[in-house]
Amino acid sequence: MNIDWAALASVFGVSLVITVALVGLFTLGITGLAKQTATAQGGGGGVLARTGAYACFALCAAAVAYGIFLIVV
Amino acid sequence: MEHITLLLAIVVVTALVFDFTNGFHDTANAMATTISTGALKPKTAVAMSAVLNLVGAFLSVEVAKTISGGIINENGLRTEVIFAALVGAILWNLLTWLVGLPSSSSHALFGGLIGAAVMSAGWSSINGGTVVTKVLLPAIAAPLVAGVAALLATKLTYRLNRKITDEAQLKSTAKGYRAGQIASAGLVSLAHGTNDAQKTMGIITLALVTGGVLAPGSNPPVWVIASAGIAIALGTYLGGWRIIRTMGSGLTDLRPPQGFAAQTSAATVILASSHLGFSLSTTQSCSGAVMGAGLGRKGGVVRWSTATRMFVAWGLTLPAAGLVGAGAEFLTKQGPWGVAVVAVLLVAGSGAIWLLSRRKPVDHTNVNATGDEPAGVVTTAIAAVSPPPAGLNVPDLKTTIHAPTAETPADRPATV
Repeated sequence: MNIDWAALASVFGVSLVITVALVGLFTLGITGLAKQTATAQGGGGGVLARTGAYACFALCAAAVAYGIFLIVV
Repeated sequence: MEHITLLLAIVVVTALVFDFTNGFHDTANAMATTISTGALKPKTAVAMSAVLNLVGAFLSVEVAKTISGGIINENGLRTEVIFAALVGAILWNLLTWLVGLPSSSSHALFGGLIGAAVMSAGWSSINGGTVVTKVLLPAIAAPLVAGVAALLATKLTYRLNRKITDEAQLKSTAKGYRAGQIASAGLVSLAHGTNDAQKTMGIITLALVTGGVLAPGSNPPVWVIASAGIAIALGTYLGGWRIIRTMGSGLTDLRPPQGFAAQTSAATVILASSHLGFSLSTTQSCSGAVMGAGLGRKGGVVRWSTATRMFVAWGLTLPAAGLVGAGAEFLTKQGPWGVAVVAVLLVAGSGAIWLLSRRKPVDHTNVNATGDEPAGVVTTAIAAVSPPPAGLNVPDLKTTIHAPTAETPADRPATV
């Protein structure tokens, strides 16, 4: 019996980091957008918040694309 | 195709039936949280999952070269053994579906194969070490990995959005969470189609090679790819509503942020594990992720009585499917009449389970109904097995089943 502890540990580490990073990014994106709508209603700018939010979404979309790449290849 | 014997035809059909049960058993993995948080309507969710499963089946070029990944010695494997293994796996899948418990379809198949192979060629045909590394260890690791990831992700997302308090902003973030959840669920569906439909293609191809129809090492014919993809998509579209209910609202109450964290964790774990060489069960990863997300929200509760029943089902999967597989192999060894008997028993068993399920149907209309329902499903199963009319007994039995639920507060602190 040959348990591949290294593979198991890397699955654990990679899953943990990627999940937390993606969920964090996405949350930043949607909270940013939510705040942006609020400030826009107040007449403020919020361009920075909007750009930041879209940057977060772009990174998440890239992660999804990489996921599809992993499935296909 | 004129070389296909009757036995081979039976095996191909049985493999497609297994593929079908695999589809509706595992719809929950991708869509349970999506349905329970309201991100998608139930019918839309299963339709999307079915399409992605079908696409997934055609996506990858690499088809599983072995059925069991080295758990059993597949040299000289007889076609009857494959048939007996499939019978064990199908019946276990249907039984766990009847009681609404998510359990791994691959483990059911492994169990059936082990049972049938032992009955056919003795214990020496099993690689015990591989059973531990490919089945037992992943069964413990999958829910832990996915659960911890989902737990931390849920805590983080609630921390980041704690300043969002007014109505309009909450609505906007909830919409965002649902969109993210749909994307994660789509990835899980796609990965499921590629992995599990390929497993069936592998089985059919191996059976065709064993039967001398295909040359060893050849790729599956197009009709095999197409039929396996269609079978799994149809099963997914049918929707294993009982399991969806357990996973989506039976284990814990999920809100959109939790659903998003759970589904993202599940998708990440599934993709990371299959590409880092330590395969984890999709079902177990998803269940673990749901429980982790349940614990991650302040005031969130996991219903440990339901979780315990699920763990018991996981533990029983291998031996139970193995016993059925061994029994089926014992009969098929007797000759053609044995194969016929097993086929009849399979049809009769599936029919009986389907009839039992009609006593308390769960479908897209009541899939999100919460409360006593998970207990009610078991109650129906138990009531249906015992001879007296079920309708009269249900109220009494319900109170008996409820006893473990009452105990849960006691063991809750220890588990947090």
